Amino acid sequence: MLTKRIIPCLDIKNGRTVKGINFVDLRDAGDPVELAEIYAKTGADELVFLDISATEERRRTLADLVLRVAEKVNIPFTVGGGISSVEDVDILLHNGADKVSINSSAVKNPQLINDLVAKFGSQCIVVAIDAKQIEGEWIVHLVGGKVPTALNLFTWAKEVEERGAGEILFTSMNHDGTKDGFANEALAKLSTELNIPIIASGGAGNMQHFTDTFIEGKADAALAASVFHFKEIEIKDLKEELKRNHIPVRL
Amino acid sequence: MKIVIIDYGAGNIQSIKFAFQRLGYEAVLSKDAEEIMAADKVIFPGVGEASSAMKKLRESKLDKIIPTLKQPVLGICLGMQLMCHSSEEGNTQGLGIFDVDVVKFSKDVKVPQIGWNQITNLKSDLFKNVKEKEHIYLVHSFYAPLCEETIAEAEYGLEYSAALKKNNFYGTQFHPEKSSEVGEQILRNFIEII
Repeated sequence: MLTKRIIPCLDIKNGRTVKGINFVDLRDAGDPVELAEIYAKTGADELVFLDISATEERRRTLADLVLRVAEKVNIPFTVGGGISSVEDVDILLHNGADKVSINSSAVKNPQLINDLVAKFGSQCIVVAIDAKQIEGEWIVHLVGGKVPTALNLFTWAKEVEERGAGEILFTSMNHDGTKDGFANEALAKLSTELNIPIIASGGAGNMQHFTDTFIEGKADAALAASVFHFKEIEIKDLKEELKRNHIPVRL
Repeated sequence: MKIVIIDYGAGNIQSIKFAFQRLGYEAVLSKDAEEIMAADKVIFPGVGEASSAMKKLRESKLDKIIPTLKQPVLGICLGMQLMCHSSEEGNTQGLGIFDVDVVKFSKDVKVPQIGWNQITNLKSDLFKNVKEKEHIYLVHSFYAPLCEETIAEAEYGLEYSAALKKNNFYGTQFHPEKSSEVGEQILRNFIEII
């Protein structure tokens, strides 16, 4: 049976993990490769690296990082952040990334989704959508949730699927950072209306939140950062708890 | 031990090369027919879309070489699918090594299937020291139905082939290079006991 996935997300700046890493057993708390190896060994199903650098050398630094991660890590990983062209994706996949995630560039140029899918296949193209609920309506936002667009979440998600994306990573800006649980109502609607996997993101605070997002939110995978980085939740404990709640997991 | 990964421009080749490196083996990338024929073990990778991958294979004339190989050959993901008789994806004629037609998952399940599923009914030394129901990582929209050449099964809306074998040819729908310790055991088996 296909299991539900648990995905730690690492924020990367200039090839280093940014913040919120509190692993006492790390030799170098800023080294994404070392952290990724630990997550791979302790039960993570997949990893996401989100690059938030804004420098000129960003592309090369990220490509180098991908190569170093691929060398050491024996589980799949996705790379996102600032990816805006077929050439960007080509080098990242060539260096060993399993999937890439695009966000703002897809909103600005939806044809990019079709172009990437035609060249690399649906299976490696994730579209990340940040949305905020404003007066009852879910509105797609850009730049980490700062800039609203005219797009409705569900309309945009449907278009993303039709253009061939293999997966959607949905972050609720209302829930992100609150540790109050995932946006399960919106997630369930996405999961029901679409026929591609949905990754839930934003709001993880405790183990019950993961159970809820898999059952009520019908999510296929759940992504979180700080609860894992600060060891508030151990992935192994989380998976045992999910298993007790009859959610299929890889243990 | 010479391991050659067929490099025809349609694969996550780096990941496979690194997976062997973690096991202590150096794998070489090649599209040279003589080098491939001289290898002890051949890996046939593939990601992306079937008809364009098959086109690349034909352009490099490797479509004629691969079915004639005598040493153990392991096709991975799309590599395995291209070793089949045909694929519904892009209406593609395959290499015809495995006598089965690859078809698309129905709309009753989410497509692509992405994630960790279990392998059962294991029937080959490829799975030595691998337990029934171990988890492996898959990403795919098309599948090979169960057939006489099935050596491992997975379930996604229906039972299908997670791995195939015919004579010296092996194929896995899953990615052993991304399947943690279980995948490493399978790759080690392919190198050391097949």
